[in-house]
Amino acid sequence: MSTLVVERNLPRFAAARLASAFGSGRSATVGALRLVDAERPALPGPNWVRVDPVLAGICGSDLSTVDGHSSRYFEDLVSFPFVPGHEVLGRVDGSGRAADGTPLGDGDRVVLEPVLGCAARGLDPPCPGCADGRVGNCERTAFGHLRPGLQTGYCADTGGGWSTAGLVAHPSQLHRVPDGLADEDAVVVEPLACAVHAALAAGVDDGETVAVLGAGTLGLLVTAALSHLAASGRAATPGALLVGGRYLHQRRLATELGATEALEPDQLGRAVRRRTRSLALGAQRGASRLTGGTDVVVDCVGSADSLAQSLAMVRPRGRIVLVGMPGRVHLDLAPLWHREVRLLGAYAYGHEAVGRRPVSDDRAGGAGPATQLPTFDLAIEIAGAMGPGRLVSARYPLERFEEALAHAGAAGRRGSVKIAFDLRSTGSKGRRR
Amino acid sequence: MTPRPGFVLEVDRSTPPVLFWHGERFALERLPEGSRVVYAPEPLEPLADPVAAIRRALLHPLGDCEPLPALLRRGMRLTICFDDVSLPLPPMQAPDVRQLVIEQVLDLAAAAGVDDVVLVAALALHRRMTEPELRHALGDRIYDSFAPHGLLTQHDAEDPSNLVHLGQTDLGEDVEINKRAATGDLLVYVNINLVAMDGGHKSVATGLASYRSLRHHHNPQTMRHSRSFMDAPSSELHSSNWRMGRLIAASGVKVFQIETTLNTDTFPAQFAFLQKREWEWSLRDRLTYGATSAALDRAPARAARQIFHSIRAPHALTSVQAGEVEAVHAVTTAKVWDQQGVAVDGQSDILTMGLPYICPYNVNSIMNPILVACLGLGYFFNLYRGRPLVREGGVLILHHPTPWAFHPGHHPSYIDFFEQVLTQTTDPVEMSKTYEESFATDPWYVHLYRTGHAYHGVHPFYMWYWCAHALAHLSRVVVVGGDPNAVRRLGFSPASTFEDALEMAKDAVGPSPTLTHLHSPPILMADVR
Repeated sequence: MSTLVVERNLPRFAAARLASAFGSGRSATVGALRLVDAERPALPGPNWVRVDPVLAGICGSDLSTVDGHSSRYFEDLVSFPFVPGHEVLGRVDGSGRAADGTPLGDGDRVVLEPVLGCAARGLDPPCPGCADGRVGNCERTAFGHLRPGLQTGYCADTGGGWSTAGLVAHPSQLHRVPDGLADEDAVVVEPLACAVHAALAAGVDDGETVAVLGAGTLGLLVTAALSHLAASGRAATPGALLVGGRYLHQRRLATELGATEALEPDQLGRAVRRRTRSLALGAQRGASRLTGGTDVVVDCVGSADSLAQSLAMVRPRGRIVLVGMPGRVHLDLAPLWHREVRLLGAYAYGHEAVGRRPVSDDRAGGAGPATQLPTFDLAIEIAGAMGPGRLVSARYPLERFEEALAHAGAAGRRGSVKIAFDLRSTGSKGRRR
Repeated sequence: MTPRPGFVLEVDRSTPPVLFWHGERFALERLPEGSRVVYAPEPLEPLADPVAAIRRALLHPLGDCEPLPALLRRGMRLTICFDDVSLPLPPMQAPDVRQLVIEQVLDLAAAAGVDDVVLVAALALHRRMTEPELRHALGDRIYDSFAPHGLLTQHDAEDPSNLVHLGQTDLGEDVEINKRAATGDLLVYVNINLVAMDGGHKSVATGLASYRSLRHHHNPQTMRHSRSFMDAPSSELHSSNWRMGRLIAASGVKVFQIETTLNTDTFPAQFAFLQKREWEWSLRDRLTYGATSAALDRAPARAARQIFHSIRAPHALTSVQAGEVEAVHAVTTAKVWDQQGVAVDGQSDILTMGLPYICPYNVNSIMNPILVACLGLGYFFNLYRGRPLVREGGVLILHHPTPWAFHPGHHPSYIDFFEQVLTQTTDPVEMSKTYEESFATDPWYVHLYRTGHAYHGVHPFYMWYWCAHALAHLSRVVVVGGDPNAVRRLGFSPASTFEDALEMAKDAVGPSPTLTHLHSPPILMADVR
């Protein structure tokens, strides 16, 4: 059965790093990723379920891994060899239960919530994060009966989505896909859940200005999430939602998904300035930073440049929500200190407090009545409304993984957004329906 | 020898290619047989003794007005206002006519014992002039006498403490102008009347006004109903300024108007071919053209821009008149038409023009795409009396590189206008309703206008409004050799060659169009019958 595997091979990681200088995703031929014929992974414990991937997305973090650019922070949070792929739509092989306790039958479509928290690891009592429903904050992703792995797709024991051999999932990781949701919509549910979590972490209040930096998959989904959460009354309504996207198709999509304005990234600061009627400093030197600025920046890029740009356009005491996965960055934090800006990470998902007035730490009494809902439930709801499958630009069989990764690495330039592996089209080695 | 009047050439087989301006470059294009080329008249003879003529005008004013010496007295507050860097084009060789006039006014003021004198550059919402620009316009002697003492000022349309609201016209137009100019004992305004719409009541009512006042006539409705700006009876812009000017006079503001006209001697000797008709080019002209074109084609854009912006025009004074505003302006307008008017029979289907490197708003700066549109559709299109040179539903073909480039210091709000307004709409009415106010009151633009050298935040809107009549009149605008993305952003069609542009125009006006080429600069005004 065809499986893409990442092995711990430092020379190959180094080679991948070099090769990626010619373009993200182009390192697949020399890197630590290999296509192998693998057995189906063993079930790690009772109640675990086998899942046959149908579609599996390629995420920016996957590309970082393949390119050898992942932060060394993650070294103790992964176990080799692992099968990448955590954005997964699959079908249940056998029977089991979903996260909400409902039964799952053979062939039922599910999306994977890949975080391997305390429940999946058989740890009881759970850590404080898991006990609170914040599985993304699990403190024990390197412990329990599974080998380390913050998510399926980074753990040697679970398999991953980039395989026809299937993966194994704990019931806490499985969400049934409604019949009306197309496969292409469903495969985007996982990044959409990340986007929902980020959108709510931003704590946007009514009328606030939000700038979204980056209009790749995450930026577009954050835009959609902010827009739909407001429209559905689950969150506050931004006064303006400004999106910076490098490519024309990204800006068009951002506008379709609810952006007030979609601009080239270097115009975003100008638009924020005008919208917020801020003054600016250093404009004559071409390095303008605003004296006021936007209430919230959602940084969906995660680079030193994007963080610097975020700091240049956020208002004093504003919030920067970091959604794009960063690595080691060199950054002047003087404005963060001087302007009392809050820099928040937004990783993964869990349960969300939704209501008209989400928590906003720097405003007294900002919290309103809230309901706790699983992030994935919100993401599936929004997916049904917005059709995120429109972001899936191309699907590749596993055997063409080099092309797929090169395409994903150049998605913006090639007029694409999300690239996915289509396991339905991969020979007859997998168990197909 | 009497200078030749303007000339309309009908192109035939023997007609050589015609020169088109192309920003900081040139192109020679072969026009279809039967096309017309409208050439500017040759320069009128200048006044033999400009200083004496100025002195004579001050002592023998027109209309209901006493000679200037009779209006000057010890202890009075005298305010001398003058046109800013937007005039003349190109900037003229020293001494500038403003210097000549103001020196005479100051001599008379000194003789009368007037010692409270303030100079005001009448910027309206234009950028503040730099010290070199002020020195060039006024001369070092005036600059050094006034500037160090804070007596050489630039109108600040955003300084509420230095504005005064004089009331509203019968049509409810607010008249708010410079307080010093309005409350002094005498306002002497020194004009350079490059085209027929300059001067008159527009000098004070526009040049010294605030946004609150200007918005009453700098709007799409007024611009669309000014046909053309150069033809006072048919210009709503003119009418509005006249209503305001009369209110200013009725409010007790005493204005002594000085207007000057220049001839069309626009380019120095090394560019003499630019003022000639192509079939009259000498061998020397042809060689100069070839060498100049080759050098410019090889020069980086920045270098070419610097070369052109260093040009100082040999404009010479052809008339000066002073006194009561309307009486003065009537004479001035006639003088302008004497120099620039060209009789043209009928309209054509296509109007072509090569746009030069300069317009009133990019002196020592970059001609950004919005200014390209304004120069072509707002200014050159409107250089007519009677009817436009192109028929309604016709096509305008512009020749200009239209670079996607902006001067960040001079045109900051233009950048945002280009990125944030023109991406949403090119309709002047819609943009005025949706965006104008926010740009006009943006505190950052206000700051840059007041303290830097930036045009006011609303200025790009005004540039677009200048185009309103042409936008409604034309079926298509094609730009030859422009940055395609910038051209499309303007709502126009890019063409890589003149031949392509003609084919595109034929799609709109039919297969056998008539064509007129406006051969300018030098400036001309078509009297279309």
